[in-house]
Amino acid sequence: MSRDVLLEVKNISLSFGGVKALRDISFDILEGEIRAIIGPNGAGKSSMLNVINGFYHPQEGEVWFDGRLRGPMPSHEVARLGIARTFQNIALFKGMSTLDNLMSGRLINMKCNMFWQGLWRGPAEREEMEHREKVEEIIDFLKIQSIRKTPVGRLPYGLQKRVELGRALAAESKLLLLDEPMAGMNLEEKEDMCRFILDVNDEFGTTIALIEHDMGVVMDISHRVVVLDYGKKLADGTPDEVRSDQRVIDAYLGVAHE
Amino acid sequence: MIYRESGDFKTSYHGDQQMFPIALDKWFVILVGSFAFLVVPFIINDYWEKSVLVPVLVWAMAALGLNILTGYCGQVSLGTGGFMAVGAYASYKLTTSFPELNLFIVVLLAGGVTALVGVVFGLPSLRIKGFYLAVATLAAQFFLVWLFNKVPWFYNYSGTGMITAPERFVFGVAVSGPNSPPWATYLFCLTIVVVFAIIAKNLTRGRFGRAWMAIRDMDIAAEIIGVPPLKTKLSAFAVSSFYIGVSGAMFFTIYLGAVEPTEAFGIDKSFLVLFMIIIGGLGSIFGSFVGAAFMVLMPVLFKNIMVGGLGWPTDLVAHLIFILIGGLIMFFLIVEPHGLAQLWRVTKEKLRLWPFPH
Repeated sequence: MSRDVLLEVKNISLSFGGVKALRDISFDILEGEIRAIIGPNGAGKSSMLNVINGFYHPQEGEVWFDGRLRGPMPSHEVARLGIARTFQNIALFKGMSTLDNLMSGRLINMKCNMFWQGLWRGPAEREEMEHREKVEEIIDFLKIQSIRKTPVGRLPYGLQKRVELGRALAAESKLLLLDEPMAGMNLEEKEDMCRFILDVNDEFGTTIALIEHDMGVVMDISHRVVVLDYGKKLADGTPDEVRSDQRVIDAYLGVAHE
Repeated sequence: MIYRESGDFKTSYHGDQQMFPIALDKWFVILVGSFAFLVVPFIINDYWEKSVLVPVLVWAMAALGLNILTGYCGQVSLGTGGFMAVGAYASYKLTTSFPELNLFIVVLLAGGVTALVGVVFGLPSLRIKGFYLAVATLAAQFFLVWLFNKVPWFYNYSGTGMITAPERFVFGVAVSGPNSPPWATYLFCLTIVVVFAIIAKNLTRGRFGRAWMAIRDMDIAAEIIGVPPLKTKLSAFAVSSFYIGVSGAMFFTIYLGAVEPTEAFGIDKSFLVLFMIIIGGLGSIFGSFVGAAFMVLMPVLFKNIMVGGLGWPTDLVAHLIFILIGGLIMFFLIVEPHGLAQLWRVTKEKLRLWPFPH
């Protein structure tokens, strides 16, 4: 595999007061791969994602994205660099429809000024239609045509997760961070979600970093896995390597009962 | 099945994203609009102008403004009265310094001045949220009213401390001052309110509205999809204050004609506008109109029934009205906490299916 490195974190340490959430963690994410981050509860997985998208600022360490060292910057600027994410507990805009949620994912690409927006003519309308077409492609892709105009607050959990994925996709970012995309889903919903993740990676070539607790899923779909435990990196490698690592088995995977 | 969307097919995204996608809605709005513009000016009299139409329009404008800030962007403000005062005093200074200036331009410039002041008082919103922000905006309310009382430059050193709107003309017709005909003041306010209601609708359904609503619904998620919080909140403060400033300018130059800041722009006005948007519906342009109409017209209606119809003493009626309005507010909020606009929306959804339940 001769892929370029899209994101690299070097010696990241993050602490909240006396609690050390991350200790000296380094790993990289290659362009076009699906990278899983696993580990027991409280291992620092979500903190790691928060560091990557600029929500937390680590005390030590460097984040390299797209070949450049990224200084501390607010997360809305990180989004403009091309990093999108979903949340562990759904963070949709509940008062808006599915369509509006997806359109808001494209806000970083919209720049029409207030004058034309107020008139809803010329550039404003053109821009709106352009982005609507992109969003409709995503709606087709995720098969959520029927709930286009439904306020997301009324949707069942599984669909909300799908809309949230759609909103992240709408940004057309280079790196997609998924925080437990399958938590709380039944088997069928999980299968759908896996298919969507693989297709996103395949069709759009988007690089994906995901946190997930379903080991079957993780081992099946990810190219490489990094394992965290108590803020430290335990292992890093292909699913097979990680699966047979004794320390990972002790800390997280455990042994099947005889 | 009188009200329905079936048979109303959209073949383009353009058609789908119209302001009123359902044909019946569109025709209804066009009908009401043309009645307001083409028929009402011919039948309007002094009473309807002074106690019904102009106040409803002026307060609807203020409600639109506050709804953009509170209903769409989720930033609670109690500074409305103060911002209306800014609009009023800005229009007073402008129209007395430049007597030739068209009143339309004066009112719009007054809105612009208020927008700037609004942005300054919106700065704390980045750090302060919810009820605490509401308390912080109280500073705007009290400071601004105090300022207009204290600095004589604002009221042109008049002895009473009051400001009086001079007579000003638009296309040769007096619109402000005691000699303005009812139809002229009415048309002036109607034009401004209708134009800006359309602009508000356009802003809220486009890029700005989505950013505002994203901040309102979940500010952290909004930031992570790339919405800059400070810029977005300040733009909401600016637009909202512009609307409130325009409404304050109309309130003074056209409706009252002479004001004294402590009384005309007190804290009760801030609450009045807040009640309007809560009753009408947060995050709804239509709701701003319904809320304003409700709060302005209910007292007038009760007064007409009780004093004019039943012949009860005026002081008794005045107090009864407080009780009744309070009761009605509670009734509507229990029936539909999301306001009259939501009630209307639910009715429309039911109508679409009528006579079947599902």
